[in-house]
Amino acid sequence: MSILTPDAPAQARSYSAYSRPFWQRVVMSREFVVIALLIAAIVYSRSSVEYFDGPQTMYYLFRDSASILLLALPMTAIIITGEIDLSVASTVALTSVCFGMLHVDGGLSVGVAAILAIGLGAVCGAVNGFLVAYVGLPSIAVTIGTMALFRGIGAGLLGTESRTGFPDSWTDLAKQRIVEDQPYPMILIPFVVLAIGFALLLHFSPFGRGVFEIGLNDEAATFTGVDVARTKAILFVLAGTVAGVVGIYTTLVTGVARAENSMGLELQVIAAVLLGGVSIFGGRGALHGVIAGVLLIGVIQRAMLLSGETVNIINIVIGVLLVLSVMSTSLLAPVRRLVAASKGARSSGRTSDSAGKRSLS
Amino acid sequence: MSDTLVKPSAASTGSRLVKDLLRSRELAVAVVLLLLIAVTTAKSDSFLFASTGWRDLLLTPSSLVLLAVGQTAVIITRNVDLSVGSTLGLTAYLTGRLFIDTSLPIIVVVLAGVLMGAALGLVNGVLVSWGRVPALVITLGTMYIYRGAFLTWAGSDRINADDMPRSFRDLGTESILGIPVLTIVAAVVLGLVGYYLHTTRGGRELYAIGSDPDAAQLYGLSVSRRILFAFVLSGALAGLAGVVSAARFGTVSSSVGQGIELEAVGAAVIGGVAIFGGSGTVWGAALGAFLLVTINRALPVLGISDFWQQAVVGALIVCAIVLDRVLVSRQERALIAAREHGPDAGRTPADPGPDPLPTAPQGPTDHEEVVR
Repeated sequence: MSILTPDAPAQARSYSAYSRPFWQRVVMSREFVVIALLIAAIVYSRSSVEYFDGPQTMYYLFRDSASILLLALPMTAIIITGEIDLSVASTVALTSVCFGMLHVDGGLSVGVAAILAIGLGAVCGAVNGFLVAYVGLPSIAVTIGTMALFRGIGAGLLGTESRTGFPDSWTDLAKQRIVEDQPYPMILIPFVVLAIGFALLLHFSPFGRGVFEIGLNDEAATFTGVDVARTKAILFVLAGTVAGVVGIYTTLVTGVARAENSMGLELQVIAAVLLGGVSIFGGRGALHGVIAGVLLIGVIQRAMLLSGETVNIINIVIGVLLVLSVMSTSLLAPVRRLVAASKGARSSGRTSDSAGKRSLS
Repeated sequence: MSDTLVKPSAASTGSRLVKDLLRSRELAVAVVLLLLIAVTTAKSDSFLFASTGWRDLLLTPSSLVLLAVGQTAVIITRNVDLSVGSTLGLTAYLTGRLFIDTSLPIIVVVLAGVLMGAALGLVNGVLVSWGRVPALVITLGTMYIYRGAFLTWAGSDRINADDMPRSFRDLGTESILGIPVLTIVAAVVLGLVGYYLHTTRGGRELYAIGSDPDAAQLYGLSVSRRILFAFVLSGALAGLAGVVSAARFGTVSSSVGQGIELEAVGAAVIGGVAIFGGSGTVWGAALGAFLLVTINRALPVLGISDFWQQAVVGALIVCAIVLDRVLVSRQERALIAAREHGPDAGRTPADPGPDPLPTAPQGPTDHEEVVR
């Protein structure tokens, strides 16, 4: 079909005429693979790992994954724009330290201290956002710097000391279950609220379309009227704010505010997000896959702990999983090409596009 | 207009060298480093003049310098190697293990450490260059894997000073002509890699790949092979750094090398290596590493609690990147002015001319299409 001779009867052909059927688009996606893996892992663990179906297992799984679940929400959006934020865990530590000092040394009530700490998290995010979006610096370099900076400020303020002595009513609240005897801790309520908020923002709003567009081609996004700098800055501020919330949650759950809190968490968050099917090149990814990715890591950790494996083996497994999940696109590329060839030219545009983008690495 | 751009500089080689040197990032970092040493020494003589002070000043940075040099070779190709810290831990433990379990001569053990590091780097390189996956993700994964392997292998035992032969531990303290042996090792490696990157064809190809991978591919460079080599180099140097740290500290605990990968990246960035590849030198990275370690040791002497050290390092990294940005955009304006008005206009960057080219890359857009 040539451009010069358009189809004689100008049919109204919408997107659905070209795309695969809806169920295929849902089932044959990376997100679905992650969800299927998660279900398989749960089913397997329930049947063959002793105590996995016990009452405490799921509760601790949610409680320990909550920080990663929360941080993964803004991280997903940031990685979809093609940026990265390595400083989230340091922001968690800094807000934790400040929350503890404001409450214990400053004598502020927990609520006020928490609000101030969350505000501090937003400021940290704004620093990243300003440097990345408006000064135009590479986010990986900036956030390596602020990663050291934020945790360093926390360490400078508190040294090796720690702050304890938070009121029991608050620490209990952080550990409480929503319904007695159910494995759902309280933290899931703010998480679900935030998850719905981020899902609406990312998948059902013009802002979210802008996020994906920036990841695919930020110049094109500029020309279609997306304010690239502002979008990125907002996302970094959101990441800082959520990190502030996580800082308070971590402090209350552990009962300790110190600068070593959540060391190395940023890499776990990024690993979970990438495992959940978000492309590191930006432009691709979905929240349900990410949530499934976080839970998948959580289930594997918990199941292996229960079967007596050490943390080291678990780390190896997670590392292998991460490498395999990002390699899968490349490993499956020859298969895809065969399928595409047998189907004819229809999908050739897609593959060449992704190949071109990938070769930029 | 275009012939003015290809005409070689009229200035003599000597004056150009001096001018380049004065403008270079390396000199700026070196000046900061010397100032820091001077101020600290003024505060406390023993920082420089006591025999241990002088030795520690040169000795402590040796393993970070090795890591930063390897990291630079990788970053120049627009990749990054986050697994070096785990590689360092693994080879440090291997070193100790070989001394305990076998009676191999020291040189064989050192070689084994380097080979082990190179093998781990090879895994990274194969995955990155043939898997066509960004290095950040792959090396993040292998960082977990190597660290996990190290801790599983080591279990709860650690290597103590008694486990290693006396002559090996002496390497960590001995000096030749007042310069510690390990520092000489690091300096020799620095010189070799610096020569390779600056002069040889392979080294220049690494820069070309980092500047524009697609163009390098179209030009016919063997991109995969070069990137593979860069990772092997980085791994081998991390292996050597592992041996060095075993010799330096005499013990290998399970936390050795933890988080040092980001210090290595930070050292390179401070030394002027662009995180998106294509520019920077190992000299700068080595000076950056030297500066980081020296700050670490100077802060307590200056009366600042060393808990603030990390914050200072972070602020330094951020400042270095911002400085780079400012310098690059100034240079761009100067180049545009030169293109518009001939070569002489380039000397006055303050006056960009009445009408800069609208298509010229300005501001933040030039780095943003870059993909990790």
